[in-house]
Amino acid sequence: MNWTAVASIYRFEMARFFRTITQSFVSPVLSTSLYFVVFGTAIGSRIEQVEGISYGAFIVPGLIMLSVMTQATSNASFGIYFPKFIGTIYELLSAPINFLEIVIGYVGAAATKALFIGVIILVTAFFFVDLTIAHPIAMLAFLVLTCVSFALLGFIIGIWAGNFEQLQLIPLLVITPLVFLGGSFYSITMLPPIWQTITLFNPVVYLISGFRWSFFGASDVPVGLSLLAIAGFTLACMAFIWWIFKTGWRIRQ
Amino acid sequence: MSSIVSVQNLRKTFEGGFEALKGVNLEIEEGEILALLGPNGAGKTTLISTICGITLGTSGSITVGGHDVVTGYRAARSLIGLVPQEINLEPFETVMNSVRFSRGLFGKPRNDAYLEDVLKKLSLHDKKDARIRTLSGGMKRRVLIAKALSHEPRVLFLDEPTAGVDVELRKDMWDVVAALKADGVTIILTTHYIEEAEAIADRVGVINKGEILLVQDKAALMAQLGKKELHVELTAPVDAIPTSLSKYELAMGPGGRSLVYSYDTKGERTGITTLLNDLSKAGLKLADMETRQSSLEDIFVGLVKETA
Repeated sequence: MNWTAVASIYRFEMARFFRTITQSFVSPVLSTSLYFVVFGTAIGSRIEQVEGISYGAFIVPGLIMLSVMTQATSNASFGIYFPKFIGTIYELLSAPINFLEIVIGYVGAAATKALFIGVIILVTAFFFVDLTIAHPIAMLAFLVLTCVSFALLGFIIGIWAGNFEQLQLIPLLVITPLVFLGGSFYSITMLPPIWQTITLFNPVVYLISGFRWSFFGASDVPVGLSLLAIAGFTLACMAFIWWIFKTGWRIRQ
Repeated sequence: MSSIVSVQNLRKTFEGGFEALKGVNLEIEEGEILALLGPNGAGKTTLISTICGITLGTSGSITVGGHDVVTGYRAARSLIGLVPQEINLEPFETVMNSVRFSRGLFGKPRNDAYLEDVLKKLSLHDKKDARIRTLSGGMKRRVLIAKALSHEPRVLFLDEPTAGVDVELRKDMWDVVAALKADGVTIILTTHYIEEAEAIADRVGVINKGEILLVQDKAALMAQLGKKELHVELTAPVDAIPTSLSKYELAMGPGGRSLVYSYDTKGERTGITTLLNDLSKAGLKLADMETRQSSLEDIFVGLVKETA
């Protein structure tokens, strides 16, 4: 392993993050605060407790997940797409590094950024609602796994995308709807029975449910299943990336 | 001398069936400067890209420093620095960070003193903290060279290094190339400017339509293929070439004031002595004489025409 190269990619990517600090930090914090104001205070005051938790607190795990998933995906996809777009990918291809090292560098940096943002939102949440974390270690594990798996997904999207429009396509058309419909703002027990069944096909439900369990000790689906779902998703992304590596798909002719 | 880069029967067919390289064989000797000449689309960039690992060959093999570029890619690529034809740079990064990144990618430990030295040689040092997008085109090309040199390569590929480059940078670049050569670095440059090859290369390869037409010592190439011309200036103009001189196939200069005789320097007899004798027999008086050797350009155009 060429760890110097991995560290170089990681540092280079993190530098971009800190260079655009306003965009990277302030905007997720601002939008999350807006969610708290609108959902937590305005709408939440008319909603009774959900599963014995105040509505404002109930949406915190979902809000964190929403930001972390979109940030991990977009950071990783942009990170690898940009060199393709401006042509600097030649350097990655002609350097004595393998694909695994490239993945660790880019995905690691994207996951770190998403983790930062997740933690910041969590801290912001404490200013708005009363919050206790029942299982802090599990919470952190879920958070890290989500960051990594969605960064892997973003990396795949970045390799696949041929233009900026395609880069936005999957986050916009797939991830955001799945997260919104995945129980970020409600418990799936609040849905009509038929939708409770349909919603179980949404993989994000398992992630949010598991993450919420780590806060409140209660979940929509068994926590073991949540863990299995995220592990499965991570493995699927890894397998796909391994295939890209083997075939040189969209990278090396 | 031993080959540092060895290309064996390399073929490259792109998706869609375009055959960019049709069985290229090339041995590049350690420490030499090889110029690859060829028109646009000849396969120069594809050849370099395949050696550097940016594209994969369809068949054939390549070794760099004895390491296969596919199975021993780490060792092979560590030896190579590449200056691409296009100016591909991260616009928002500073020069120093960008160069540092390149060094790190090649697994070399951080060494800012060395990098600053490289920047100084390329007259880039005062721009080291400038963002790349604020630099002029010529400066950006210097950054590309600095990036390629950042990891102390033993083989340097310069793909069309002077396309659209001003005279000053071209001169700087040749100074850097000369210094690298003195350090024993092997340099391969592609160009379609003949003067460039003529000025700095030790050997010249001509590539066209995916095939290497020849690789030869520059001087030998010019001597072997070079036709020489003898220009004879006359004291008084002639209306026509005397029939007694018809066997020399002379050409008449403007106004009949001069005669031009073409001969092959490799021929056993150049025919100059008898020509001069016959000239005086024909009663022509000579004012001046001059011989001219055809340039690499003439040779190149001749070769490419033959294969067209």
